[in-house]
Amino acid sequence: MTRDLRQHELNGVTLGVETAGAGRDILYLTSGMWFGDDSPFIDRLAAHGRVIAPVAPGFGPGDPGARMTTIDDIAYFYLDLIDALKLRNVLLVGASFGGWIAAEMAIKNCRDIDAITLIDPLGVKIGDRETRDIADLYGLPDAELRARAYVDPSIFVSDVKAISDEELTRRMRARESLARYGWQPFMHDPKLLGRLHRVDAPTQFIWGAQDRIVTPAYGREYARRVPGARFVEIANAAHFPQAEQPGAVVEAIISHAGAPRAAAR
Amino acid sequence: MRVYHFSEEPYPDAWGAERPSLRITLPNEICDPKVTHRLYNRYIDEWMLADELGFDIMLNEHHSTATSLTASANIILSILARVTERARLLVLGVPVGNRPDPIRVAEEMAMIDCISQGRLEFGMIKGVPYEIEPANSNGVSLMRRFWEAHDLIIKAMTTHDGPFNFEGEFFHYRNVNVWPRPYQQPRPRVWISTATPANAREIGQKGHVLASFMGGIAETVKLHKAYAEGYRAGGNAGPLSVDNFAYLAMCGVGSTEAEGRRRCDVIADYLRTNAQVADPFNKPPGYFSVEAAVRSARSLNPRAFRTLYTPSGRAVELSTASLDDFIECGIAFAGTPDQVYQQICAFVDGIGGLGNLLLMGQGGKLDAADTTDSMKLFAREVMPRLKEREARRPAFEAA
Repeated sequence: MTRDLRQHELNGVTLGVETAGAGRDILYLTSGMWFGDDSPFIDRLAAHGRVIAPVAPGFGPGDPGARMTTIDDIAYFYLDLIDALKLRNVLLVGASFGGWIAAEMAIKNCRDIDAITLIDPLGVKIGDRETRDIADLYGLPDAELRARAYVDPSIFVSDVKAISDEELTRRMRARESLARYGWQPFMHDPKLLGRLHRVDAPTQFIWGAQDRIVTPAYGREYARRVPGARFVEIANAAHFPQAEQPGAVVEAIISHAGAPRAAAR
Repeated sequence: MRVYHFSEEPYPDAWGAERPSLRITLPNEICDPKVTHRLYNRYIDEWMLADELGFDIMLNEHHSTATSLTASANIILSILARVTERARLLVLGVPVGNRPDPIRVAEEMAMIDCISQGRLEFGMIKGVPYEIEPANSNGVSLMRRFWEAHDLIIKAMTTHDGPFNFEGEFFHYRNVNVWPRPYQQPRPRVWISTATPANAREIGQKGHVLASFMGGIAETVKLHKAYAEGYRAGGNAGPLSVDNFAYLAMCGVGSTEAEGRRRCDVIADYLRTNAQVADPFNKPPGYFSVEAAVRSARSLNPRAFRTLYTPSGRAVELSTASLDDFIECGIAFAGTPDQVYQQICAFVDGIGGLGNLLLMGQGGKLDAADTTDSMKLFAREVMPRLKEREARRPAFEAA
């Protein structure tokens, strides 16, 4: 699969956008986790449409500084990106941190979005103030994070000696920039849960049955707040079903897509 | 030259190499309030002795740790402002990028300055990596927040004609009007610590005191050079005084070489246990640059946040370093008074002069008897010679 990475200048911020495949626009927002890799999944997905995968500001080269500090900053930025790239009848797919961004976009404006798939998304607070809904990503050793995030952690190459400087840099940027947006409140927006009723596109949640970064119970409650949303549990997968069960995830996304909606504009 | 006595006011009973983490995750059930009471008062006695002996006083603060009971340096400083007579009172420092309320910092500093009749030396620090978690501050924006707090605090201390408005990226106040004013006018000196030339240059531009901690001669020379460049670029006039430089090292003095070395060796456990932090709290995101994080991940000990080098370029692993390693690196002075004097002179000459020598004279499990005897030996037999010698030193750039 040919992939194309281009730098775009939007609202004074530079961001990389990767595209692959042809057909219906699939805006794929990657997990953002330094112990995950969405790259193979983008190839899988690109067999079914034109995948557009932005590299969130801070996750690529350059420091977005004070311009980009909150999840709202990215959500509005990506809605502008949909306009700038003239994407239409978009299938919006987001995983983990990317799922959180997708949910924040969806409560703002679904005009160009036909269907939404959220894969083990972060972003809401379900439990009480002393309950940690989302694993303490910066308080657990990486080996423990991988154990929580994979049924089989060996599918992710963690030995730094076995990876390139480029890949190690990508991971370190991700580790830093995830904190840029999600340090406090930790990986959630306290207002999001109360705004999910605004989501105006068919939505499904896909959840790895063994996810211990955010559990399926958390996911079910999250899904319950989105009107009409369906919840699909994927067996033999944890936080990254797109890496552990890519076939099942692609099938769920495509079967959920439906026909393009009539243009609302 | 001024010589500052420094201790982190540790809780020695809980401090051991066998503990996987001395910070953040160490439960406070092992912190006995009765022992803590005795320790605070022991350390206050030692600060008062420092004052009597002619030392100045340096405090810092740490959180969630057995290595330091000084959760608020300002509280100890407030006491010392009243019970000491002459020592300069240096806080190095207040972690202004981690504190939620810079105006409160300005108020407390001004109070301490007034109570002590103008003896405050005001240090602002970024803080070590494992201070991020207790403060829950975001490492990614830490330095932007630090400089914004710095600007606001200085403006609050030096504005006297009524309230001003401040709406920055992080801090918002519509009527800033700090009472009291500081005793020292226009304000106490500001000190900032760093280990990077880029920051040293910025500190030089602002004309603040540059403090560096245990870097050895080569690293310190780089920092002072960068500072001097910034100092000139910032339009600061007049000769650059060595009083603008401060350096922290460990120090143990004894009647015999063996006694002085033993004392310093105990203090050095402070450094040896530096990496004893539950993973991954020593590597908060954003605290280090991405490039530094990549280098660190590939280094021999990815858990350590700092590597030490001898003058010959040999890397020293902090957790297993010998006292001689530390002496060779220029971060420990130990032995008889004569030996300590010679070691300090060699170091100070090697960096071209130093106005403020910060000595960790208590650390780790060093008890009160050893601490006070070492301090007395230093004050009686090292300090007078050192002060007399350094009083003749010319300005930094003329050296």
